[in-house]
Amino acid sequence: MATEAAAQVNGDMNSAHEAHGHQGFVSKYIFSTDHKVVGIQYGITALLFLLLGFLLMLLMRWQLAYPGSAIPLAGGWLEKILGDVARNGKMTADLYNSFGAMHGTIMVFLAVVPLIVGAFGNYLVPLQIGAPDMAFPKLNMMSYHVYLWGGLIMFVSFFIPGGAAQSGWTSYSPLATVTPTMGQTFWLVGMVFLITSSLLGSINILVTIIQLRAPGLTWMRLPFFVWAQFVTSWLLLLAFPPLEAAGIMQLMDKVTGSSFFLPTGLVVGGQPMDISGGGSPLLWQHLFWFLAHPEVYVLILPAFGILAEVITTNTRKNLWGYSLLVYGALSIGFISFIVWAHHMYLTGMGTKLSTFFQTTTMIISIPSVIIVTCFLVSLWGGSIRFTVPMWFCLAFLPMFGIGGLTGLPLGFSFSDIHLHDSYYVIGHFHYVVAPGTIFAIFGGIYHWYPKVTGRFMNDFWGRVHFFLSFIFMNLVFFPMFLQGIYGMSRRMSDGGATYAQAAETGVVGLPQWAIDLNINITQAAIALGLAQIPFIINFFWSIRHGQPVESDNPWQSTTLEWQTPTPPGHGNFTKPMRAHRGPYEYSLPGRAADFTPQNEAEPKQ
Amino acid sequence: MEIPYTVTPRRETGLYNGKLGIWLFLASEVMLFGALFSSYVLLRVGAEAWPSRMLSLPLGVLNTAILVTSSVLVVMGWTALKLRQFERFKLFQGLTLLCAVVFLGIKSVEYRQKFNHYEVWLTDKGLEEFKAAHPDHEKWLKPPGVIPGKHSLTGHLADGRSFYDHRKMRANGDKEVVLTPDSIKPAGGEHAHPIRLAAAQIQRLSAYVPAHSSYFAIYFTLTGLHALHVIGGILVMAYLWGPGSRMWKSEPERFTNRIECSVVYWHFVDFIWLIVFPLFYLL
Repeated sequence: MATEAAAQVNGDMNSAHEAHGHQGFVSKYIFSTDHKVVGIQYGITALLFLLLGFLLMLLMRWQLAYPGSAIPLAGGWLEKILGDVARNGKMTADLYNSFGAMHGTIMVFLAVVPLIVGAFGNYLVPLQIGAPDMAFPKLNMMSYHVYLWGGLIMFVSFFIPGGAAQSGWTSYSPLATVTPTMGQTFWLVGMVFLITSSLLGSINILVTIIQLRAPGLTWMRLPFFVWAQFVTSWLLLLAFPPLEAAGIMQLMDKVTGSSFFLPTGLVVGGQPMDISGGGSPLLWQHLFWFLAHPEVYVLILPAFGILAEVITTNTRKNLWGYSLLVYGALSIGFISFIVWAHHMYLTGMGTKLSTFFQTTTMIISIPSVIIVTCFLVSLWGGSIRFTVPMWFCLAFLPMFGIGGLTGLPLGFSFSDIHLHDSYYVIGHFHYVVAPGTIFAIFGGIYHWYPKVTGRFMNDFWGRVHFFLSFIFMNLVFFPMFLQGIYGMSRRMSDGGATYAQAAETGVVGLPQWAIDLNINITQAAIALGLAQIPFIINFFWSIRHGQPVESDNPWQSTTLEWQTPTPPGHGNFTKPMRAHRGPYEYSLPGRAADFTPQNEAEPKQ
Repeated sequence: MEIPYTVTPRRETGLYNGKLGIWLFLASEVMLFGALFSSYVLLRVGAEAWPSRMLSLPLGVLNTAILVTSSVLVVMGWTALKLRQFERFKLFQGLTLLCAVVFLGIKSVEYRQKFNHYEVWLTDKGLEEFKAAHPDHEKWLKPPGVIPGKHSLTGHLADGRSFYDHRKMRANGDKEVVLTPDSIKPAGGEHAHPIRLAAAQIQRLSAYVPAHSSYFAIYFTLTGLHALHVIGGILVMAYLWGPGSRMWKSEPERFTNRIECSVVYWHFVDFIWLIVFPLFYLL
């Protein structure tokens, strides 16, 4: 311990490591039980999947803008790797379908949730509650490895005969079951791994928060980020198992020929199916959305958590309405379990059910609005530092606002009938997740990077990254609302061209300008991709060449993670932590510094 | 810094980390099995006909008794540890393991009985021919069930094989199937002589496997998942009974906690069976 204390005084990052540095590379970086290493493993893996998901989307966007024309640059590679489905570098409808399904799956289950819960949650929760590690370090390691295996199974499925799953990330039966390729089976096995991983992770985070809080760190003194992770982990713990059950049943349908989700008298391609029948397609949808709606809040709640940390640090004032935020997050957690069927208005499940779920859906928007309002009011009167993380978090507010408000017409069954399954839906949830959650993730990366590496990321290129991303995100997603309102279906591999032909035959079709927007969107998407290059270079370059931090608390924040050495060694803290105050005590009157760390005791009178 | 509360409970919660962890795990398990039980209800409510009493009640009752006994034994083992009687713990934990293994053995016998037991539905023409050829067909023909409006025959294949079905029959080019039919009138009456059914007469042939009907699909899914939990329990408890029990010498408190967690889990496995049993064997 003495060595570590000395290391902290010097701010020397290397010697803190050396105190525990008698491990080989494998045990230190691959089979590590240290929550920080596990967090970084999650982070790196998930960022790679984020890039993969993005590249899949770029290829699909090309197909939407220029249906049937060869993909420049990547087309030849695709043909070499995947074979016939990309003959002559052109994307077939099958390939489009499997990219579509895998883009959704990868982004939700392999990129964003592992980033925001696996990486941020793992790295920060023990630090922010003053704990030496997670409650179950070995389980933590296992959670990452199971996640990795799930991801690899998903990834490998691209290369099997027939390609990856093709039935959308929602995998609705009977389509998913009767598609004759093996992709769906891989998808299901991969999902079982991912669900197991998130189960282990969420148990770990819950036990850590409940049991390992430092003395004095009462529930209402927890940083809001920890609260957000707490509610999120409950959602993961309780909402994922029904999808696991559904996955097992669909796997039974695929492998043993049972009929859980296949109804009696099912006819596929003009042929009656040779099955026992008696199953229910609606059952799959209920079980799937029972997970997948809470999953939306799994995506957004930790983003709120990051926002709380970044905003308070950069406004130099306390959050407005801390307890409102906490109760808001808790209510979202509870209500999110009873809104799932608002994804199913068009299934014919009945108007009484629709009315119920439409009511709960409107109710859940109240705590969401409360939370965003609290953040907005928190800005009032602050002396705002426009750092890169702050820019991302400031942009989050209006972007999430657009995403949230455009969700209301989807929550009402009458307007959803028109908008369902159109590009409007795509625009809506991407506004929530892409310039919403992913902006929060970027903000979080820029914000905590100095703690993890001991160096800042480059500020100028950070700003370039932010402003370009902000502009192009909007250019990508905003036109989708228009396309959707004019009726463009979300799953057409030709970008709606078939609809345009329908207009000529006297049917109400899609106007040509709505189809042409596809080209603009694709251009914006390519530009958005280019805008990420500064980030990628900055991320790696700054590890060695960024401006070094001068103290362990470079942003002058109050929460406990900044009280560790930089980067934190094994065991995190050099002295036992005790919390004496709330999480965001900035600009207290009568103090020299404008921030008062949580572990600072009241001065003796 | 060491991780706190690995052995001693935290004052506010009264729990050590492991115990909270296992309870949270079980909360998630409740949701997993809850979803499957809900699916059972939905499938059954939506079904035109739901088979009942398809399983051997004596074997089911025996298995229930074995599992309940093991639940009692496992607690006696933990109590023995609390009383610092390590040898008694070894005995009771060993008996628990024995019960678990016997449970699986009986379950696999039950499974096997289903895999080589068949139901066959004839085509309309085939049914007419069958009735004409066998004047005493009344005692074999079952009322319509899985396929609405279709009578069926049940029984074993003459060569006793498992997992055969009409797809394999057609793929192999088999000309006929020799079935030893079950009598339904009187139930369990004299064992009938084998009858021959031409491949052309058969519309559908299936063993009592998941593809047979929703009933067997959910039966195998639920009991299979339960059996996986039993196997998981056996692995953990066997480790704690064998090599893992060395911890008793170094950290008796922590070892007792581990046993307590495995006891909580084992009770849960038992509890799930107490729901599975009436759903399939009684209702």
